[in-house]
Amino acid sequence: MIRRIAFGTVAVALVLLGAYAAFYVAPEERTMGAIQKIFYFHASTAWAGETTFFVCFVANLLYIWKRKPKYDWLGVTCAEVGVACITVVLITGPIWARPVWGIWWTWDARLTSTFVLWILYVCYLLLRTLVDEPERRALLSALFGVFAFIDVPIVFGAIRWWRTQHPAPVIMGGPGSGLDPVMKKVFLFNVLAMHVLAAFLIVERYLLEETKYDVDMLQREAEAR
Amino acid sequence: MALLSNAAALLGKEVRTEFRSRELLSTTIVFVLIVVVVFSFTFDPTTNESHRFGPGLLWMAFLFAASLMLQPCFLREQVNDTLSALRLAVSDPFAIFLAKIGANTLFLLLTEVIMLPVFAALFNVSFGGQLPGILLTFFLGSLGISTVGTALAAISAQARMRELLLPLLLLPLLTPILVVSTEVTIRLMLPEPSMEWKGIGLMAAYDVVFLTVLWLFGEYLLEE
Repeated sequence: MIRRIAFGTVAVALVLLGAYAAFYVAPEERTMGAIQKIFYFHASTAWAGETTFFVCFVANLLYIWKRKPKYDWLGVTCAEVGVACITVVLITGPIWARPVWGIWWTWDARLTSTFVLWILYVCYLLLRTLVDEPERRALLSALFGVFAFIDVPIVFGAIRWWRTQHPAPVIMGGPGSGLDPVMKKVFLFNVLAMHVLAAFLIVERYLLEETKYDVDMLQREAEAR
Repeated sequence: MALLSNAAALLGKEVRTEFRSRELLSTTIVFVLIVVVVFSFTFDPTTNESHRFGPGLLWMAFLFAASLMLQPCFLREQVNDTLSALRLAVSDPFAIFLAKIGANTLFLLLTEVIMLPVFAALFNVSFGGQLPGILLTFFLGSLGISTVGTALAAISAQARMRELLLPLLLLPLLTPILVVSTEVTIRLMLPEPSMEWKGIGLMAAYDVVFLTVLWLFGEYLLEE
């Protein structure tokens, strides 16, 4: 228990430190001004979300191969945390885009593939609610997870091909190329903080899933008697 | 080799079953027709705009039709538990998928070929000399839709709310096919048509990737 509290405290402290660094340490961007600060949370959450989905994919493959319930717990846990991260990304993105690009949204490759990624994992979670038998649910959702993860790079490729045929309505010069060294350090610190926070959420959610499974088993045992 | 001969025998069975009643084909064709007509009410389909939007609407109609048409391909096998018999009959469960993908691609392609002249007339577009290119696009698109659709139909058949679940799982996964096939078709139907080989390559890559995934993981989809 103490370990869990300590982990949580470290995660929250890192995120707060990251926020402090973003506002007070990193220099202000010349053209965008204060609004650029959102980039430190936006991009680092996106990275954390993508890492989480990758872990979900690995867990799905491991479940199909080994059939151990723990991989199923890890799969659903990562899908939920990943969806939460990408939700943050999809909300903070337009907040930044509106003053900088003048529009909330553009159907560019990165935005669209992130959106499709989010939809696919929402469907993954929905699918889980519609299959009652635990083992079947685990197997079917793991298989869908594999399909979904493989689809995302193809979505990105397809839309990029399609977009490069027609010039995009806005200039896609997002920060990321030629970052100021201090900015880069602050950004990487935020990436670390978000990963630790995601890891903390994954551990907590995983333990919850484990408890849920134990309760389920006990209930079945009680019903059988 | 056993895989191919098994798949061919099962494909024969699928096609025979369908052509005895032609239920699936006739319903799907009428459905696509209705969707195309309903779309035409949302904007003026006779202007130059139709060159830009028409093919996209056509592909959307195909996608919606497919998400309904693919529904019965595994549900049909559940009624008398014929899926267990099929599994026992073939040495590799991938043969079952190959046969169903083949049949679904064929049905979808037939629907598309029948609907193409109707669409061209209603939306005032010409596809004159571009028929081979359009057929190639239709084939690669249908193959992709059928591959992913057949796999997901096997998943949704084992869940609750399956009629709603299949389109839900299928449509986001088919984003690349919709994006690319629409763009390729638009270019083929322009007054000065051109063939987008890069798009064709992307569709072929999509088909190969998901056929491989299904080959690797298909047997788990059919587990008891």
